[in-house]
Amino acid sequence: MKSAIAILTVVAFASVPLWLRDPYLMNALITTGIFIIGAMSLNLLLGFTGQLSLGHIAFFGIGAYVSALTSLGFDVGLPFGFRIVHDPWPPIVGFVLAIVVAGLCGYLVGLLSFRVRGAYFVIVTISFAEVVRLVALNWVELTQGPLALTNIPSITIGLPGLGDLTLRTKLQNYYLVLAVAVVTYLLISRLVHSHFGRAMRGLMENETLAVSVGIDVTKTLTLAAVISAGIAGAAGSLYAHYIRIIDPEVFAFINTVTMVIMVITGGKGSLAGPVVGGMIFGLLPVFLRPIMAPEAQWIAYGGVLIGILFVLPRGIVPSLALRFAKPRKRIEPVTAVAFSERDVKEHA
Amino acid sequence: MMPAPAMALRVEKVAVHFGGLVALSDMNFTVGEGEIVSLIGPNGAGKTTAFNVVTGFLDPTRGAVSYRGTALNGLKPYQIADLGLARTFQRTSVFPNDTVYDNLLVGLHRQGRVNLLEAILGLPRARSSERRLRERASELVEWVGLERRARDLAGSLSYGEQRLVGVALALAAEPSMLLLDEPVSGMNASETHTFVELVRNIRDRGVTILLVEHDMPMVMSVSDRIVVLNYGRIIAEGPPDVIRNDPAVIEAYLGQGATRA
Repeated sequence: MKSAIAILTVVAFASVPLWLRDPYLMNALITTGIFIIGAMSLNLLLGFTGQLSLGHIAFFGIGAYVSALTSLGFDVGLPFGFRIVHDPWPPIVGFVLAIVVAGLCGYLVGLLSFRVRGAYFVIVTISFAEVVRLVALNWVELTQGPLALTNIPSITIGLPGLGDLTLRTKLQNYYLVLAVAVVTYLLISRLVHSHFGRAMRGLMENETLAVSVGIDVTKTLTLAAVISAGIAGAAGSLYAHYIRIIDPEVFAFINTVTMVIMVITGGKGSLAGPVVGGMIFGLLPVFLRPIMAPEAQWIAYGGVLIGILFVLPRGIVPSLALRFAKPRKRIEPVTAVAFSERDVKEHA
Repeated sequence: MMPAPAMALRVEKVAVHFGGLVALSDMNFTVGEGEIVSLIGPNGAGKTTAFNVVTGFLDPTRGAVSYRGTALNGLKPYQIADLGLARTFQRTSVFPNDTVYDNLLVGLHRQGRVNLLEAILGLPRARSSERRLRERASELVEWVGLERRARDLAGSLSYGEQRLVGVALALAAEPSMLLLDEPVSGMNASETHTFVELVRNIRDRGVTILLVEHDMPMVMSVSDRIVVLNYGRIIAEGPPDVIRNDPAVIEAYLGQGATRA
């Protein structure tokens, strides 16, 4: 039943370009899709380990910059007279490097912050995102600073028998994003249903007990951070090669908040949650724009957010799943609080 | 008396200080292979502290703990679990938002370590490992007698049943020694009786048991040997019959004057 819904959803998304010709809406769908991939990676941490990354956009932005710089080439001077000259490589290599570098950054952040629980990870991630933004803003020789990296090439993929295909049109990019989103969904689904996923759940529910059954806390959380950051890096790379221009504003805090909103409203800890939340809050501005003044749009946006959390505090997908599930004894949800309730407990 | 069995756990000159507070001072005791030993004492005597030292959740200020000849000092809890020591907890004994069955799958973590990539790709080795874990989880549920509750959320179970889940979780690690922290508190008489049978059954399968418990009839009926703590010191040690009549123990529990009464 669950997999039937999943297949139907993918088919429905795949059929969209057949009846939707509006380029503006296609563009909105593509960027929403890219953000949904980011939200899914955030959900892996927030929903399945209970750790809130409030600097998640850093991994996304690093992916975008790494991918853009790999495919554009650069020539920068380093201290002591060293220079790095890099000739442009194909964007697909940039895509892979974006995942690797973002994952490494996830490893570093995890290593620094998972020795202690609670608010520390949140603070380290916020600081990390801010530091990365300042580097992108000020290392002008490498990143062009506020002048932005422009003319980023589109992704070219080699298809067997068809030769190279450069994804320039919205249609092509739509299917690329859809494909990456499906792979991401399957990857996260397999992960959370594996022994590794159970270790993450165990840690979130009862850390003391999880430790005593032999789960290595730091290793489990750090691995989750690496995978999550890597996926966010992949999303950033897609973004760079689709929009084809990036500036340090990509690291803005509001972008992290958008992802958090997508995860919380859709339902953290549910696989489909970020997709549902992402579709709503990715496309809401598009539908509000023609009918409201700009000031009113944001008020409406906030109103929808509060409304959803008020009516369905656990998020849309878990609440609906609960309503349609077979009646079964269930304890009262203690996880209704939007942000990590563990933080509150730890510091109370 | 039977000849002393081979030593499993050895606690030597252990002291634990929390700032100026002496929780344990100079504690010495041993547990032999296949024994059921109980650690008793009034509230605040240091039982749980002793327990936490043995399982690596607390580092002793002084002294040493060794299991089958391996020093436990400085080892992390999961490393101690790997040596074959498993424990249950007084309060937090389950993963409340998972079913009993899923609780045990989490508990089987150390047995189910397959390459993450194989798990993601669903390769045969990962699948067969997963199948084994599920069989093992069912066995454990049956062992502690919770078959009918396997599909219920662990948080919805009664206290007594949650304790059984806790024991099953500890057994999932296939320990050679099991440490039970006040397992029958909150259980009624018939649940306690069933639990005593379970403890004996676990011992008969070759698992050494160290028990911390308040319920005196339970302790007296199940233990081979009893260690009595008071104010962080051992005041008596011996088989149940000796402990029952030891004046120091009676005084610790009932206060001065009780011996005269």
